Amino acid sequence: MSLPSRPSDEPDTASSHAELARVVRDHASRLAAALVRVTGDFDTAEDLVQDAVLAALQRWPIDGIPTRPDSWLFTVARNRGLDVLRRQDNYRAKLAQLQWPVQPEPDDRLRLIFTCCHPALPRPAQIALTLRVVCGFTTAQIARAFLVPETTVAQRITRAKRKITDAGIPYRVPDPDELCARLTQVLAVIYLLLNEGYLPTGRRGESRDLLDDAEWLTVQLNQLMPTEPEIGGLLALIRLHRARADARFDADGALVLLEHQDRSRWNRQLIDEAIRLLERAAQLRQPGPYQLQAAIVACHAQAQHWAETDWEQILLLYDMLLHLAPSPITRLHRAIALRYVGGAQAALAELDALTCELDLYYLYHATRAELLRALGQPVQARAADQRALELTSNPAEQGVLQQRINWT
Amino acid sequence: MKFVLLFVETEQFERDLEAMSQSDRDRAYELAAKWMVDHADKIRGGNKLKPAYTATTVRLNGGSEPVVTDGPFVEGKEVVSGYTEIEVANLDEALNMVKTWPGCPLVEIRPLEA
Repeated sequence: MSLPSRPSDEPDTASSHAELARVVRDHASRLAAALVRVTGDFDTAEDLVQDAVLAALQRWPIDGIPTRPDSWLFTVARNRGLDVLRRQDNYRAKLAQLQWPVQPEPDDRLRLIFTCCHPALPRPAQIALTLRVVCGFTTAQIARAFLVPETTVAQRITRAKRKITDAGIPYRVPDPDELCARLTQVLAVIYLLLNEGYLPTGRRGESRDLLDDAEWLTVQLNQLMPTEPEIGGLLALIRLHRARADARFDADGALVLLEHQDRSRWNRQLIDEAIRLLERAAQLRQPGPYQLQAAIVACHAQAQHWAETDWEQILLLYDMLLHLAPSPITRLHRAIALRYVGGAQAALAELDALTCELDLYYLYHATRAELLRALGQPVQARAADQRALELTSNPAEQGVLQQRINWT
Repeated sequence: MKFVLLFVETEQFERDLEAMSQSDRDRAYELAAKWMVDHADKIRGGNKLKPAYTATTVRLNGGSEPVVTDGPFVEGKEVVSGYTEIEVANLDEALNMVKTWPGCPLVEIRPLEA
């Protein structure tokens, strides 16, 4: 199949890609959820939807997005199903009875999300499955987003789907008494999408924007489970990042650190909305790690200038976060805040206590370098930056570190 | 759907059990027995195994003579100490059941073929 020639107008291509991703995401998961419910077979239903998505990604850029993308996908998936399931009469019969529009059940999408993020599946499989089944990614798009070979992703998905069927993982929303633990799994998957979308391993602009998908997933959860404050916290966190996304890269695509960002490029309206969202979550009086992280980012986002940052409040929030979810990485971030409250020497002492746990983490050494430089030890600082450079494979981070080694 | 729960003991668990007073140990066994009774409607069978030192493993090497060795097939700190066959709707039901198990610290859940 040959693609018709098109003007290589970059922004237009990018926006039409985003539009395509949005439409597929909106409709593919609805269809997947309905088909799983009707056929009772997760694996088969998912394959049919994936085929329909691949067909859409081939046809729509040429023919344009149809006026009813949902019924288009439905028809392709249904016909494909009637075709491939020729020998499986029970599925065929169920599928043949299926009429458009499929009556959605409110819990359909939640069922899908909780099944994909079931704790009996390994985390990489949870991520791949969620992206493919819930967000309508193709295997190739997942591979590109995480810089993993396509065969690896395909294998993860095949294994995960086999496990869902063979191990008896049910297609259901967890009961209230299980919900808290299961929601933690789902939010962890979304948080990893946020991290990857925040600092893509692949080259920017070449893959689907994972921040979009992380936000969309969280919005769905938030609508379906409005009394879970950690969902609101995570959504606020995602939006606070989005509000400042443009200022994080300069005209040449190089990463700009928070201290040097042009804060007039931050989207104030989006920041205010995110903070209101966070305040609503906080009213439920169940603090959690995502609400606290969002509150920390909100402190930064509210400061008009770097010098106005409320470091004491940030330090307090880190203390609360460490209390709820102790982790060496959070201690590292707390040490960065401590520098502006208790001085560089105190922060460095805190870092020294973390050497064993974080010696292989680039940010640990990059932070050490900054502190050493502030304490007038440029030689050790350069060595620490060099070590950090060896430890990160992220091109944006490498850029910042290389520049520091060259110029300071 | 049928599953087998494989109860796995660790060295630490064994030591803890030995260190208990007789009455505490009796209490621990009572709790495990009560769990079995509480879930009797789902339990289809099973048994406690004799300790690992009683195990004998046979390795069948194709054409050559089978090799018989002393001990369980994996030499390790974790040893299967019992099994229970259960019948429940799905993995989540099995998980919910196992999460309340008051005995040994590891339980493997495996679906049965039929």
